[in-house]
Amino acid sequence: MHRIIRNIRVMDPSDGFDAVTDLAVAAGRIVARGMLPPDFTAGEVLDGTGLIACPGFIETSFQAHTPGHGRDGDLASELRAAVAGGVTQVLLRPDTLPMADIPAVLQEQRILADRLALANVHLSGALTTQLQGTALTEMAGLAAAGAIAFSQAKEPVLSAALLRLALSYAADLGLPVLLHGEEPELAANGVMHEGRLSIRLGLSGRPAAAEQIGVQRDIAIAALSGCPIHFPHLSIAAAVAEVVAARQRGEPVTCGVSIHHLLLTEQDIGFFNLHAKILPPLRAVAERDALRHAIAMGAITAISSDHNPWGVDREGMTFTQAPFGIAAVEWLLPLALRLVDEGVLDLMTVLHLLSVGPAQALGLPVPSLAVGATADFCIFDPDSYFTVETGRQWSRGRNLPYGQWELRGQVRYTLVAGRMVFRG
Amino acid sequence: MSAATFRFGEGNPQYDAQGRLRHLLSTEGLRERELLQILDTAESFLSIAHRSVKKTPTLRGRTIVNLFFENSTRTRSTFELAAKRLSADVLNIAVSTSSASKGESLIDTVDNLMAMQVDGFVLRHPEAGAAHLIACHLGDSALVVNAGDGQHAHPTQALLDVFTIRRLAGPIENRVVAIVGDVLHSRVARSQIHALSILGCPEIRVIGPRTLVPEELSALGVHVYHDLQAGLRGVDVICALRLQRERMVSHRLPSLNEFYHRFGLTPERLQWADQGALVLHPGPMNRGVEIASEVADGAQSVILQQVAHGLAMRMAVLTILAGAAGGE
Repeated sequence: MHRIIRNIRVMDPSDGFDAVTDLAVAAGRIVARGMLPPDFTAGEVLDGTGLIACPGFIETSFQAHTPGHGRDGDLASELRAAVAGGVTQVLLRPDTLPMADIPAVLQEQRILADRLALANVHLSGALTTQLQGTALTEMAGLAAAGAIAFSQAKEPVLSAALLRLALSYAADLGLPVLLHGEEPELAANGVMHEGRLSIRLGLSGRPAAAEQIGVQRDIAIAALSGCPIHFPHLSIAAAVAEVVAARQRGEPVTCGVSIHHLLLTEQDIGFFNLHAKILPPLRAVAERDALRHAIAMGAITAISSDHNPWGVDREGMTFTQAPFGIAAVEWLLPLALRLVDEGVLDLMTVLHLLSVGPAQALGLPVPSLAVGATADFCIFDPDSYFTVETGRQWSRGRNLPYGQWELRGQVRYTLVAGRMVFRG
Repeated sequence: MSAATFRFGEGNPQYDAQGRLRHLLSTEGLRERELLQILDTAESFLSIAHRSVKKTPTLRGRTIVNLFFENSTRTRSTFELAAKRLSADVLNIAVSTSSASKGESLIDTVDNLMAMQVDGFVLRHPEAGAAHLIACHLGDSALVVNAGDGQHAHPTQALLDVFTIRRLAGPIENRVVAIVGDVLHSRVARSQIHALSILGCPEIRVIGPRTLVPEELSALGVHVYHDLQAGLRGVDVICALRLQRERMVSHRLPSLNEFYHRFGLTPERLQWADQGALVLHPGPMNRGVEIASEVADGAQSVILQQVAHGLAMRMAVLTILAGAAGGE
C-alpha cells in the first residue's frame, strides 16, 4: 500500500537528517522525503504531527525460545513484542531448545519467521556444538541455512585453542562472531555481581575481573584470526576499554551494552528481586556510571534490550534457581529515552545506537530513511507518557524489573518493508 | 497471589503495611526497639522452662509448620518445642523426603499447606532468599520465620547469640565481639553482625583466612583480621563458626589441619582475648577443627546455654509475630 506520513519529524542517524517533513512509502521503499512525486496517490495518509520517524531498531540479542517448549514465549509472541517496540530486525540467539547448532534448526526458524512476517528475523548459528566450546559446528552449513553470524550466546569458550580455531574457521566464511566475554572459572556459579551486596545477601558473585579477563583474552585470540567479533552485552567500562584499544590497533572488534546495564544497578536486586537477575550481572553504581560515560564518549556502538523472556511459572523460584534475563524489548526505546532525559546522550545518538550501530556490528546494510531505502522504520510519540504495567505486554515473558516505571516515547507505528506490522 | 500488594525489591518485606514486624526474615533492618523487645520477651520465657508446667496458652488453636529443606537438629527441635510450649499445633515437614523431591515448587508446597489453614511457617532452605520468597507470597496471611536460608541469614540464631551475650557478658554497647572462621559462607555470622550493630556493639571483628574472610566484609561494618592473635586482642566475646568440609573441595583451604593451626580456638589462644571472654558456637561443632574440646567444654564456653536460650528466643519470636497478626 502507498502511504504518506505528513508533517513528521524525520530523524535519520545514518546521515544526520533531522527535519519536519513528509514521508512517502511505496513498494516497500521510501520514495520521497520532503517533496512528494507529483502523481503520488496514497492508500493511507497519516498525520505525523508531534511524532518522530526513525529507522527501525535492530536487536542483536533476541531470545524467542524457538524452537522451544513454548511456555516462555515463542517467535510469534516475542516478535509481536519486538515490533511493538519499534524493532524491525532481530538476531536470534542460538541457545534454543534444541540449539541452533545444526542447519535443520535454522531452516525451521526461517520457515516460522517467514510465515509470521513481522520483524525481519536474522539467524545465528552456534559457534561450537551445544555452545560447549569443545567442537566446531558445521559453520558453512549453518551459513548456507541463513546464519548471518555465529554466536556463543551467554556461554564462554573455555579452551583458548578451540576458540582460536573456531574464529579462524568463521573468518573464512566472512561472518562476524558474537562472544560472551567472561572468564568462566572466575565467574563460576555466580548469580549476581560480586561485591558488597552479594556479601550482604549471601549469594555467590561474578567478579568484574572475570569479564575484563574474558574480553581481553577473546580479543587477543581474535587478533590471531582476523575474524570480526562483537560483544553484544558488556557490563564494565574496563572491558569496553579493551574493545576501544583493539579498535585503535585496527582490529575488527565492537561492543554493545544492554539498556539494563545503563539504567539499573545491583541495588535493584534489593531483597532478592529475581527480575533483576541478568547476565552479565547488574553492577555497582560507579560501574553503571562509568558505562554511561563510555557510551557518551562513543566507545560503545550498540544498545540492546538483550531480550530473554521467562513465563509466569518461573515466579515461584528462588533467586538462585531463577534463570537469567529480562524481557523488555517492547520498551527498548522508552527505556533508552531515559538516557536522553538524564543528559547522558542526545536523541540522535540514541537512535544511532539502536539501529546503525547494531547493523554495523552484524554486517547488515545500514538502515536509513533516505529516498530509495527499504521502508523499515518506526514512528513514536516522544511526549506520550505511560506507566509500565507487568502483565500487559505482548511478550510472554513476565521477568521485568520496570513495573510501575514512568516512561515516555510510545511507539505508534512500525513498518517493515513498507508493511504496517504494528499500530499502537 | 499477593503480587498485587507486594513488588520485589521494594521496602523490607518483613514488615506489614502498618510497619509492624510480620515475618522474621533477617536481622538486617530491624529497629533497635524491636530487637530489645524480642530480647526482653525471651527473658520472660526463660523462667517458664524452670516451672513444672512449661506451657503458656499464647498460640492455642494456631498451627505452625516447621518446613525444613535441610537437615537440622537443634533449630528444628527448639522451634518445635517452642511452638508446643506456646500451645500451638506443630506440623514437622522434612522436605527431602516429600514433594520437593518430586519437583514441586516451594510456593506450591506452601500453598498446599495454606489450604490446610496453617498460621505460620518456620522455613529452612538451602537457597538464599527462600524465606523472603514465601513471605512476599503470603503477605499478611501467615507468619514466616527464617530458620536459615542458604548463606544469607539465620536471624533466630543471631538473636539467641546476642541474648546470650547480653545475659552473660553484660551490655552489648561496651563489648568487643570477634567472629572467627568461615564468615563468607555463614548465614549465622551475617545475622550476628547486623544484630550486634543494631544493638550498638562498638566493635565487631571477623577473623579468618582471606579466602573465607574477604576484605569486602568490611562493607557490613566490621573490622577484618587475618591473624588470630591480633584479632583476639581485647575481645570480650568470641563467636566460633562451623567450618564446612566442602571448603576444602573448593580450595579455599588446604586442609582442616592447617586451619586448626592458624585459627582453631585452643586454651592457649584463648589467653589472647580478654580474661574470661565468652566462647559461643552455633553448633554443630567440629571438635579439633575450629575449636578444641578443652575450650568447647571449658569454663568460658556458653555453648549449652545458647541452646537453652534458643528455646526461649524462638518462643519470643513466635509470640511477637503472632501478636502482630492476631491481636486477640
